[in-house]
Amino acid sequence: MDDPPAPACSPRAPAPAERRILMRALSDPILKVQNLTMRFGGLVAVNDLTFTAGRGDITALIGPNGAGKTTVFNCITGFYKPTTGRMALRHGAIDIDAHVERLTDTPNDHISTADGRLYLLERMPDFQVSARAKVARTFQNIRLFSGMTVLENLMVAQHNPLMVASNWTIGGLLGFAGFRNREKAAIESAKYWLEKTRLIDRADDPAGDLPYGDQRRLEIARAMCTEPVLLCLDEPAAGLNPRESLELNALLRSIRDDHGTSLLLIEHDMSVVMEISDHVVVLDYGTKISDGTPDQVKSDPRVIAAYLGAEDEAEVEKIEAEVGL
Amino acid sequence: MMMEAPAREPVNFAGLLKDAVFAAAIAFGLFSLMLGLKTDQTLNNQMVLVPRPGLLATVVGLVFIGRFLIGYWQAINAGKIKKRKAAATPLALKIEKYGTAAFVGFLFVYPMMVLGTAGPSGAIKWIDNLGIQILIYIMLGWGLNIVVGLAGLLDLGYVAFYAVGAYSYALLATSEPVKEFMAGAVGPTFWPLWAFWICLPVAGILAAFWGVLLGFPVLRLRGDYLAIVTLAFGEIIRLVLINWVEFSGGYAGISSIPRPSFFGVPFNATESGFAATFGLEFTPIYRTIFLFYVILILALITALVSTRLRRLPVGRAWEALREDEIACRSLGINTVNTKLTAFAIGAMFGGFAGAFFAARQGFISPESFVFLESAQILAIVVLGGMGSLLGVVIASILLVGGVELLRELDFLKAYFGDNFDPAQYRMLIFGACMVLMMLWKPRGLISVREPSVFLKEKKAVSSDLVKEGHG
Ligand SMILES: Nc1ncnc2c1ncn2[C@@H]1O[C@H](COP(=O)(O)OP(=O)(O)OP(=O)(O)O)[C@@H](O)[C@H]1O
Ligand SMILES: [Mg+2]
Repeated sequence: MDDPPAPACSPRAPAPAERRILMRALSDPILKVQNLTMRFGGLVAVNDLTFTAGRGDITALIGPNGAGKTTVFNCITGFYKPTTGRMALRHGAIDIDAHVERLTDTPNDHISTADGRLYLLERMPDFQVSARAKVARTFQNIRLFSGMTVLENLMVAQHNPLMVASNWTIGGLLGFAGFRNREKAAIESAKYWLEKTRLIDRADDPAGDLPYGDQRRLEIARAMCTEPVLLCLDEPAAGLNPRESLELNALLRSIRDDHGTSLLLIEHDMSVVMEISDHVVVLDYGTKISDGTPDQVKSDPRVIAAYLGAEDEAEVEKIEAEVGL
Repeated sequence: MMMEAPAREPVNFAGLLKDAVFAAAIAFGLFSLMLGLKTDQTLNNQMVLVPRPGLLATVVGLVFIGRFLIGYWQAINAGKIKKRKAAATPLALKIEKYGTAAFVGFLFVYPMMVLGTAGPSGAIKWIDNLGIQILIYIMLGWGLNIVVGLAGLLDLGYVAFYAVGAYSYALLATSEPVKEFMAGAVGPTFWPLWAFWICLPVAGILAAFWGVLLGFPVLRLRGDYLAIVTLAFGEIIRLVLINWVEFSGGYAGISSIPRPSFFGVPFNATESGFAATFGLEFTPIYRTIFLFYVILILALITALVSTRLRRLPVGRAWEALREDEIACRSLGINTVNTKLTAFAIGAMFGGFAGAFFAARQGFISPESFVFLESAQILAIVVLGGMGSLLGVVIASILLVGGVELLRELDFLKAYFGDNFDPAQYRMLIFGACMVLMMLWKPRGLISVREPSVFLKEKKAVSSDLVKEGHG
């Protein structure tokens, strides 16, 4: 939209100089998470988490196993109702800080102004977070419709616009032309994403028959078919081989640069995180311990200690060398 | 994978024998009282036990041999690596397509064929008991298929909607106030003649309404819980019909339900009746043939609508719901509405079938809507292969037609004595069929899924990948 053209990134270069600086999160936020806490009985999975994701940024959420990353995603996408906290998402240029308090005082889940819309995600049920607030997600353990074909998976993702075009089934049953045209458009957009994820040759195969790496990409393509403003990816590189992982980096960059979709990314593979993210938030035991550009976070001693589970500086250096940080 | 096919492991006969002996022992324990002894009355009214060692030995022997053969079959197949066909051949789809078309064509000429071969009096049995009966179950199977096969919601109380449809028609058609109102408005002969055609859509709508009513409380339930609540719902409807005597006539049911007319022309021997109008000799067969075509058209509408729905967003959402509900929600699909539409549309077809049933019988009572009916319809859907229209047809013919055919096997009396009534073995055969199916084709007779949309080539989806749903 109003994003400046993104700098071209050569695939492997870390190129910190070229990378846009974190401050986008401050100057042009798309999502503001404030004081998010999620308790499961006595367990505090997410503890008073506050962070901002910038529009057009790839924001990485990292942390050791069980840090609460997936729980944060589940709260943002409405699958969990947070114990406390606020998650404000904006469409357009509406000023979050100027309106969020007012919105919180009303019982509504969104507010519209001439500049855009502001949503309070914690007030919306899961399917509306996707349908209205336009936040899409993938899952840590892939959730495809495995008995349906690849193309059908992408058609299901366009359910809401197709449902409207079919006059809530009646026009579709009667075979109205409006619906048929809209369906053709949906197939075209599915084709676009299949080409982009290199799955076009497998369009008519059942999703459950795809190899693991293809399934991961299909899940991303399916999420993109909902035309999200914010895409949340839960460990998209898990289980990929190095070549697939490089390919994924290029895909995620293209989603950010060509589609104006902001990304929120959980990832364990540090090479992926350092390579593509613009902004990194580090969680440990549900608490935020660091927040900044990849370079700032990489050199944060608290992150090294927590993330690598080592106290001793010498040991940290040794592990760092092994991991290749 | 990389290895050469290994020399087949020798079959462990000792183990198989042990298994078979064990199964035979269990069979002996079970059947020694059930089959081995029979109570009989002597001439002076005393109860005596008649031992039947021969029968018992036969049954135990059969179990022994059967268990041995199953074990052997499994042993020789165990070594083979089960190769899953990535995409089953389109042949399966062709069979489904042309098989269905051929079958529909056959159905349209069936009454004439029977009439030609068996004559007007002999044909009634074949058209009514066999043809109409099977078609009712095909229609119910196709209706339930929307709920169970497509949306993956296990519904054990489908017969409730059948009952709602039947009672809606029966009560409206026989209700005095409605009759009087209609007599006042459009003349005294109107309502008895047209009641069926007016009440048919009403029965469907009412059943759909009850489907939504059932849908609401069970939306949050899954799997076993959903099955139990739907089962209970079916029983509640039946018990209400039994106990609310003023409303439904209780056990006595409702009789003299008006029969459908030929769009205003009644099937009777009067001057204005069907036979006289068309210059034919009066016989009851015309009504039967007409009813046959009515249910045939109703069933075809069900098939047509459900095939079309599958290709619409709502149908795709049903199937997606069966595959993964959480993923559906993450894509912005309102799963509550999606489930409710599946319940409502499935129930609607059940309601149509119910109204037809009431009109065909002319008499209904709660006895027709017991749990066993739900179980039979569900068995048809599961046996046919979940989601497959042709599968439902084959399963209905096997289960409903097979039972009717049992009555025809009178020649068996020559072997088993005059007291032998093959129809009494219905449930036994039913059960045996189910066990065999689970061994041979656990995913049903037609176990491929046809994609609802394709880019280049339509490939069938193997049922191994398709989920059964979880509630
Ligand atoms: N539904 C739940 N009920 C109870 N506890 C939960 C639930 N979901 C998550 N937790 C707990 O919350 C903590 C954080 O889990 P979460 O899955 O968010 O971690 P994570 O950072 O995604 O870890 P990983 O890197 O292994 O995916 C864990 O201790 C987990 O057991
Ligand atoms: Mg996780």
